[in-house]
Amino acid sequence: MPKVHIPTPLRQYAGKQPAIEVQGSTVGEALSGLVSQHPDLRRHLYTEQGKLRAFVNIYLNDEDVRYLQKEATAVADGDNISIVPSIAGGAALSC
Amino acid sequence: MLRLGQSHYDALRQHGEETYPHECCGVLLGRFEDDGTRIVTSLARAGNTRVDSPQNRYNIDPKELVHIQREAREREEDIIGFYHSHPDHPAQWSPTDHAEAHWMGCSYVITSVEKGKAVLTNSFELTGTAENDKKLVDERIDVV
Repeated sequence: MPKVHIPTPLRQYAGKQPAIEVQGSTVGEALSGLVSQHPDLRRHLYTEQGKLRAFVNIYLNDEDVRYLQKEATAVADGDNISIVPSIAGGAALSC
Repeated sequence: MLRLGQSHYDALRQHGEETYPHECCGVLLGRFEDDGTRIVTSLARAGNTRVDSPQNRYNIDPKELVHIQREAREREEDIIGFYHSHPDHPAQWSPTDHAEAHWMGCSYVITSVEKGKAVLTNSFELTGTAENDKKLVDERIDVV
């Protein structure tokens, strides 16, 4: 099964686990499986409209799924899916 | 509270001097204690991808973070925070820092670098449960 790596801020919503094996043949199915197991994760990953939040990056192994087939990207046993909230900022007064 | 060794403290400040007049950025790796204290056991320097405005913006390539995270996992370390510099700007979080901070429970360390010299280093914990109630709160840095 693919494994989803949970970033430290979200582990409290995922049974304090750093990684969780999930069923699914696509990234979207794997993430759906994850939030089914741990419903408290949903609002941290998805907007109310059900879209992945803009600052949440999803990587399949070393690739950003936005540049693959997004949530339709196929996953296989042993793949690693990483949830990576963005890290940015700076002294600028506005974004 | 954030606890780190003198060598790590010096290293993150030095990073800001090296990249001046651009912002530096990096990752704090270590562990969370039960009382909430974050203990730094290593640093990972990262590149600043904001080549359009590196003097007052930073961004860590998520792909680089995936690599850092993988190597940290092998050493049984977690990501516990991040650091960056403010060239010729106070060591206080800006509206941009707040808007773009998403790692709740982690430390965000900011060093002011004036005319190429590191001056103040402050740390802020990102508290809250979601985007609508998050706050950057002053926290003590314990250099050991």
